[in-house]
Amino acid sequence: MKPFIDSGNTAWIIMASALVLLMTVPGLAFFYGGLVKRKNVLSVLMQCFISLCLVTLLWVICGYSLAFAPGKGSLAGFIGSFDWAMLKHVGFEPSPYTIAQPYARIPHQLFMIFQCMFAVITPALIIGAFAERMKFSAFLVFTVLWSLFVYAPVAHWVWAADGWLYKMGVIDFAGGIVVHINAGIAALVAALVIGKRKYLRAIPPHNLAFTVMGTALLWFGWFGFNAGSALAADGLAVNAFVVTHVAGATAALTWLVLDWIILKRPTILGVATGAIAGLAAVTPASGFIDVSGALFIGILVSIICYIFVIFIKNWAGYDDALDAFGVHGVGGAWGTIAAGLFATPAVQAAYSGYFYGGNPHQLKLQIFAAIVSALYSLIITFIIIKGIDLVIGIRVSEREEAMGLDVSEHNERAYTVLE
Amino acid sequence: MKLIIAIIQPFRLEEVKEELYKAEVNLITVSEVLGHGRQMGVAEYYRGTKETGNLLKKIRLEIAVNDNFVKPTIDAIIKGAKTGEVGDGKIFVMDLSDCIRIRTGERGPLAIG
Repeated sequence: MKPFIDSGNTAWIIMASALVLLMTVPGLAFFYGGLVKRKNVLSVLMQCFISLCLVTLLWVICGYSLAFAPGKGSLAGFIGSFDWAMLKHVGFEPSPYTIAQPYARIPHQLFMIFQCMFAVITPALIIGAFAERMKFSAFLVFTVLWSLFVYAPVAHWVWAADGWLYKMGVIDFAGGIVVHINAGIAALVAALVIGKRKYLRAIPPHNLAFTVMGTALLWFGWFGFNAGSALAADGLAVNAFVVTHVAGATAALTWLVLDWIILKRPTILGVATGAIAGLAAVTPASGFIDVSGALFIGILVSIICYIFVIFIKNWAGYDDALDAFGVHGVGGAWGTIAAGLFATPAVQAAYSGYFYGGNPHQLKLQIFAAIVSALYSLIITFIIIKGIDLVIGIRVSEREEAMGLDVSEHNERAYTVLE
Repeated sequence: MKLIIAIIQPFRLEEVKEELYKAEVNLITVSEVLGHGRQMGVAEYYRGTKETGNLLKKIRLEIAVNDNFVKPTIDAIIKGAKTGEVGDGKIFVMDLSDCIRIRTGERGPLAIG
């Protein structure tokens, strides 16, 4: 059948793109902003907002082209080309790229802007690791380099039609590898290289109400993230919507139970954290699993992330300030592997996992892809951060850190005392 | 018995607290206050408008001590709060006529410790 533009699909993906934008600003911005000290809240909002502006520009100039344009020669499986730079050849004809169909029946430029929102939120997730101590100038340079050298290649591997992992048969419906493992490992590297915050003790989040509002906005936006990744307004999108919702709710409840047992009190911060972990974990699997898979993923992700956030982080002594690695990285890795466990032919006939199709091959592929992408992100992120540190320095001075980044970096305050 | 009131820079609070604990002074009251001394505030910009002479955020410490603790307390505050720049703050020492512990009704030096 000749490709054509489907108006229903197009309407839904336009909406989904807007939903994914909402995840970064205000969703993630307020989720993270509420967790930091009052003197740093503007710095976090600023970083999230600037991720949006900066990465959008990069994306239309060359990021999209590097991620999705057909590659050249022996590098074709690893990186795109500059053929689509400045959106050359990216018009309104049906999109040539999709995960599930040979042609997505939406305009190519719509696929580009939908993917742009993913490129925006991924580096923004890393902000949680170096919050309260990174220079704004260093953050700008980091975001540019990381988007070009880490995000674009990994997106190409997994989602471009000639990507080497895609060709192997690795499945990642909406970004478990490309977004969550990628950003999560980068967050761990960033936390280790930049070092601990100076006054590291159990300081309560300055505004948990912000965090809860941010979580709710993230959840709302996540429907665009996962159900939008069907690139159509069809049953697959509905499946992704339902399992995303179920996994998020299940994980939030699981975290609540863990808190109640271990810390003796059910906490709203725990519920918010669990929800995010569940949503991150279901992301790569949402187009392949049914509701039973969503329940398993949701229960187990909270147990796994709880162990990382509450025990392993303190034992290992790294300061992943807002648990970008412990929740997004670990949750995304679990979801990527879980896709190989719970994928069922009942959702997409072409895909089956270990439990629902007796297919160990898919599971092996998922584990392999998780490890390879984690290693790549680890090495390149380390080089980028070390390089920035050597050239311009990555960390604010001790005095600036004590004053808070709002005043020291931006000369503004979030809260007045009088008036 | 003396009441020591100190106005310090907010970002030195952690150091001052540490020095006070070292000096075994751990009964303190802390409040956020605004004010300015010689520095006459900072300039902040909002949409290009310069706001000068803004009152600066400071931290006010109130510590009631027995006489043998006056010097160690003052030394600890200075050690923790001093950056050597304008705005480090002031310490006021005043006589305290009485102190009553509400729970037990104890009065005077006994109630302070």
